[in-house]
Amino acid sequence: IMCASAKYNTRGPALIPRMKTKHRIYYITLFSIVLLGLIATGMFQFWPHSIESSSDWTVEKRSVHDVPVVKLPADSPIPERGDLSCRMHTCFDVYRCGFNPKNKIKVYIYSLKKYVDEYGMSVSNTISREYNELLTAISDSEFYTDDVNRACLFVPSIDVLNQNALRIKETAQAFAQLSRWDRGTNHLLFNMLPGGPPDYNTALDVPRDRALLAGGGFSTWTYRQGYDVSIPVYSPLSGEVDLPERGPGPRRYFILSSQMALHPEYRLELEALQAENGESVLILDKCTNLSDGVPAVRKRCYKNQVFDYPQVLQESTFCVVLRGARLGQAVLSDVLQAGCVPVIIADSYILPFSEVLDWKRASVVIPEEKMPEMYSILQSIPQRQIEEMQRQARWFWEAYFQSMKAIALATLQIINDRIYPYAAISYEEWNDPPAVKWSSVSNPLFLPLIPPQSQGFTAVVLTYDRVESLFRVITEVSKVPSLSKLLVVWNNQNKNPPEGSLWPKIRVPLKVVRTAENKLSNRFFPYDEIETEAVLAIDDDIIMLTSDELQFGYEVWREFPDRLVGYPGRLHLWDHEMNKWKYESEWTNEVSMVLTGAAFYHKYFNYLYTYKMPGDIKNWVDAHMNCEDIAMNFLVANVTGKSVIKVTPRKKFKCPECTAIDGLSLDQTHMVERSECINKFASVFGTMPLKVVEHRADPVLYKDDFPEKLKSFPNIGSL
Amino acid sequence: MQTRKKYIFLTFLASWLLLFLFGGDQLRHFSFFSGRKAEARRNWPRWTDRSLLKSFADPEELQRDGDPSLLSPRERRAAWLSVYRSSRCRMETCFDFSRCEKHGFKVFTYPQERGQPVSETYSKILSSIERSRYHTANPEEACLFILSIDTLDRDHLSGQYVRNVDEKIRSFPLWNGGRNHLIFNLYSGTWPNYAGDLGFDIGQAILAKASFDTESFRPGFDISIPLFSKDHPQRGGDRGWLYQDSVPPRKKYLLVFKGKRYLTGIGSGTRNALHHIHNGKDIISLTTCKHGKDWEKHKDTRCDKDNIDYERFDYQELLHNSTFCIVPRGRRLGSFRFLEALQAACIPVLLSDGWELPFAEAIDWGKAAVVGSERLLLQIPSAVRCIHPERVLAFQQQTQFLWDAYFSSVDKIVHTTLEIIKDRLSPHRSRSRFLWNALPGGLLVLPDFSTHLGDFPFYYLQHGYSPSKKFTAFIRAVSQAGSLSQPILRLIQAVSGSQFCAQIVVLWSCEKPPPPSGKWPQTTVPLTIIQGRRQLSDRFFPFEAVRTDAVLSLDEDTSLSTSEVDFAFLVWRSFPERIVGFPTQSHFWDPEQGRWGYTSRWTNELSIVLTAAAFYHRYYHSLFTEYLPAGLRELVDELAACEDILMNVLVAAVTKLPPIKVTQRKQHKEVVAQQAECRDGAVGTPPPGQRSPSAPHSAPARVKGTAGSWRFSQRQDCLNQLADWFGYMPLVSSQLRLDPVLFKDQVSVLRKKYPSLEKP
Repeated sequence: IMCASAKYNTRGPALIPRMKTKHRIYYITLFSIVLLGLIATGMFQFWPHSIESSSDWTVEKRSVHDVPVVKLPADSPIPERGDLSCRMHTCFDVYRCGFNPKNKIKVYIYSLKKYVDEYGMSVSNTISREYNELLTAISDSEFYTDDVNRACLFVPSIDVLNQNALRIKETAQAFAQLSRWDRGTNHLLFNMLPGGPPDYNTALDVPRDRALLAGGGFSTWTYRQGYDVSIPVYSPLSGEVDLPERGPGPRRYFILSSQMALHPEYRLELEALQAENGESVLILDKCTNLSDGVPAVRKRCYKNQVFDYPQVLQESTFCVVLRGARLGQAVLSDVLQAGCVPVIIADSYILPFSEVLDWKRASVVIPEEKMPEMYSILQSIPQRQIEEMQRQARWFWEAYFQSMKAIALATLQIINDRIYPYAAISYEEWNDPPAVKWSSVSNPLFLPLIPPQSQGFTAVVLTYDRVESLFRVITEVSKVPSLSKLLVVWNNQNKNPPEGSLWPKIRVPLKVVRTAENKLSNRFFPYDEIETEAVLAIDDDIIMLTSDELQFGYEVWREFPDRLVGYPGRLHLWDHEMNKWKYESEWTNEVSMVLTGAAFYHKYFNYLYTYKMPGDIKNWVDAHMNCEDIAMNFLVANVTGKSVIKVTPRKKFKCPECTAIDGLSLDQTHMVERSECINKFASVFGTMPLKVVEHRADPVLYKDDFPEKLKSFPNIGSL
Repeated sequence: MQTRKKYIFLTFLASWLLLFLFGGDQLRHFSFFSGRKAEARRNWPRWTDRSLLKSFADPEELQRDGDPSLLSPRERRAAWLSVYRSSRCRMETCFDFSRCEKHGFKVFTYPQERGQPVSETYSKILSSIERSRYHTANPEEACLFILSIDTLDRDHLSGQYVRNVDEKIRSFPLWNGGRNHLIFNLYSGTWPNYAGDLGFDIGQAILAKASFDTESFRPGFDISIPLFSKDHPQRGGDRGWLYQDSVPPRKKYLLVFKGKRYLTGIGSGTRNALHHIHNGKDIISLTTCKHGKDWEKHKDTRCDKDNIDYERFDYQELLHNSTFCIVPRGRRLGSFRFLEALQAACIPVLLSDGWELPFAEAIDWGKAAVVGSERLLLQIPSAVRCIHPERVLAFQQQTQFLWDAYFSSVDKIVHTTLEIIKDRLSPHRSRSRFLWNALPGGLLVLPDFSTHLGDFPFYYLQHGYSPSKKFTAFIRAVSQAGSLSQPILRLIQAVSGSQFCAQIVVLWSCEKPPPPSGKWPQTTVPLTIIQGRRQLSDRFFPFEAVRTDAVLSLDEDTSLSTSEVDFAFLVWRSFPERIVGFPTQSHFWDPEQGRWGYTSRWTNELSIVLTAAAFYHRYYHSLFTEYLPAGLRELVDELAACEDILMNVLVAAVTKLPPIKVTQRKQHKEVVAQQAECRDGAVGTPPPGQRSPSAPHSAPARVKGTAGSWRFSQRQDCLNQLADWFGYMPLVSSQLRLDPVLFKDQVSVLRKKYPSLEKP
């Protein structure tokens, strides 16, 4: 039922081949018929009264003026005033929301009505453009339901965005007669301009009982933390004016004030700042002598200079947002849009979406008392941080301020997160701009833990049929003190593994896993048999590593459990001639990969490889029977942002690229293939995650002039 | 003919498609589509005149924003002071910021009065404050005041309840209506409703209280603290129990609870229902009726069976072996099991409606706990089952980070409380929410150093920054006055030869003035000379002159080659949060003496990198000087031997990781040599800081052996004192050294980037 959208566009338009002349007449006729049909349907569409229906909903093409009129008797009930002690657990009925696998609340919107009092006088403007946009956005969102019985949250269509545009008592009465009102439980009201003269209360004055309020301009005394939602005051200029994003960096003015109706006291303080700091401070006011036809809201003046608003905001690093009669100011939205860092001076103001947004990253909040110190406070902010704040400000505007849709969806998401906290959106998702999300990593193994040595490691040997060599590897590896289990992945479906009695007798458990298909990815499957964190992936022909070397490798892995720790190292290089990446296995001074023919890593990466490998890399590797190790290197580097650790000196390894059986040719094809892998993976990851380093890990006393027998790992580096 | 049919067919198809696209909505209303009508989603109508609708506010109205109010801003703020008091207190109305301006954030604790009983826990809190760098003994300087009266237990049925608090408080001349006071409380109210009542008037004081309910909590003013037991350690604290990161969480149980079931009274609603989710397999929820004296009076039919089941499981065992732990409200909202679960890496599933979570102003609990609803208890099992294993792993790690950063000791809880208040004083110099919730935690990040994440060594990867590409060589010179020694000249040459060197700063720690600028060698990089004081800790002062992220700390007699420096710096760029250096030493536990031992011999391990030749991040200078209490620095200056140990201990305490040793061409001289102080021939004035143990120093050259062992024991002492102060041994050992990739490999020297490192 939820997949309705899949019905559309399942097939693209069919191509019509070139017609023969003699058929042309038929098609012209046919097309005319179709055209006529289309015109007819078009007439239906724009014929407002052509189809009448009893339901308010079935007909969508109607005018706002045609909505049903509801008359409110003078004595109809009025809800209680808002209850300041309301919290989700006291005033919200969670049972309505229920448990659902999608973890999404269901939101119902009441149909639009026009409310009039006994004398037929309208209670308010039926609906404003912004409220209509907001309801449209909710209706189009995943949250929406048209089934009032399944809804968890109810949004009245009564528009209370601007308290000055409505009659308080009658609006309250209109709320009270909503079909599911029930003291306002689970009802969500949106208000941007609360209060009225002379006090300008900071929350909507309409009595609303238990209803949640998404309000612009809450103060800390009216905001019910964890219940209400603080929203921005939408600035209609956002939609009108296109301010292209401007790169961060120094701007012409340092501080700019663009508000028109500042209290004279504030203006005096700002002017004092200007007097002190000269031209870097610009204080604009309304223009007094504009010619007719120029909208006053789009101009600002300083003395005789005229500036375009909001464009002028882009000329300043910081923009002052002072409280007016109300705490919430639409100018905040304009300022963010201009990528100007807002300096918010409004004591007790609850910033928009403060429940989830980290405003310290995008703004400077200065107590009103400290206004005289504003300049020095702002000067103390490092330039690099200012640039980040500029980016952050713009990002907040794009994501949460720019349209009524953005405001509506952020509000619903906040309420959704409270009801399904275990599926809530994280701080990073709310706050990190896309650029940061791209360039940053969040290491899944972020806690600095040095795993206990006693845990040991599990050696996983991938084998096909080289039994003799496999047995040698098993015998060699079993000598390593910290080995706790050995797992043989038998990748040959045509042949049974040797009988139990033939296997080498070793001191740790040895398990053989038979696979269903001969795939390279079997090596990285998170087998339940792996009970340790550390996995040693080792090929069935790596017999040259000494016990000391393997044990030391494990110790190094313990110090770097979130990295690949391996023996043979490799490098990727940028080939300037070919303009692409190149694989390098020569003796280089740098490494960026280790081969997983002999490498320690955390079992977690097996999960990632098997279930979270981006794109089609996993299948691609299985199909090409190559590069699973490069894929693993990419995966780990991409998720941790860290380099590999190569351990111990270079040895002669028996591996495809070291022993060119057939002279150079095999070697070269191999290198070409591997280079292709790197280019392929880099394009799938969308970046080159590998990190190049110049170091490798050796035991502390490696090659030092010190008695060998006193060294922990004496047998290292023998060829 | 075939093609024609095809064309006709195609055209029909196309026309139907078009009809559907444009006229679908209308067609639906025709009779033959009426069957579908019920299914169609009834969306918010697209009004035909939607573009003509009026805006919610006229642009002029929005920009002018009403009439200027009658009160001027100043008058309004003054009016607030009288309106928003007691239960409506906020920082701007109940806190006097001006007290904090002159001397900064200083905290004064009232002197203990005789005959005034103070519980063990409260004296721990007081001593935490006295140990903090914010403590002052002078009430004139203070910004924040802490009472000496024990206000932790305000349950008047309790033995530790202090009577007549109101009277006592009013007699304090500093009380001032509670302004700028901080009151700690763990238990408030009593049977039967355990309300938040403290039994005295706190006036305008900030309340730091456990089990805070959201309703009485004054946001941005009060602080919710966790409930902790009287055995909670003063400092250091036990580490968390997570030793391995496994996915999926390899634990026996999914969800556990073991505790009392209240048969009546407040909190019984939730506790009474907990047994419903028990399934005997992976969800264990055990309750007992046994509590209080008269439990048998209220006993119900379940009690006997429940009590038997209850005894079959051990609480500690459950904690260790479960992925999630239910933390329901008790009589009060918070419980000990919250911190217990946190330490055990058992993800807390909170069932405590209306609880203002501890330090929620700073901590993002959504990353470490599942905040459930008491009303939806029965959904909890399916909800936690649906949490993805990766998320579980992240949750577990976050519990450990939070436990270790803010909760594992009384010191941490108290210091977190103070830092949160301090952050409110200057919002523009405070920690962002990110800083509080990312390693190494808010206490270790000083907003006074910088508010930009890129200036700290911890966040490079998370924010896609990289450390600066140059370093500052910082040389501490103590040589004979008047002329420059050969070693320092060589050192300056070697260091300035590095392509990564941005500047050289010499800290001149002699009483004699430094040689005139003409005597210093000509270098390609700027060379700055700072006149320092004699104290050893001075070398870690955050000098303005140091402008790069990386500092290469050097002693004047250190001998390094340019390629050693180059290589070490590249390694540091991979590990910017650690100390990366050359000569190392290590610590060990000496079971015979029952104390920490220290060795400078060659060993297979290392845990200390000498700061005579080491790279580290500039931020550690600030941490050393500003985060550590003055007492520790005095200790180091007095012993005159272990400022580098303190630095290593500090960095290890911050990162929980060992330092890194890099290849070193030849052995550096035994460190004693560098202690040759700036003697003026034979007549030397011992430096003030070293006066007390200066005897062996009078002739260090002659009795080098003795001096060495004296110094050795000094350092060992110092190490033990530091471990004592931190409450644990922060140093971590490493078994590896980082060498260039081709180091001593059998390859042609021409291929090697750092051939000179291999010369004997």
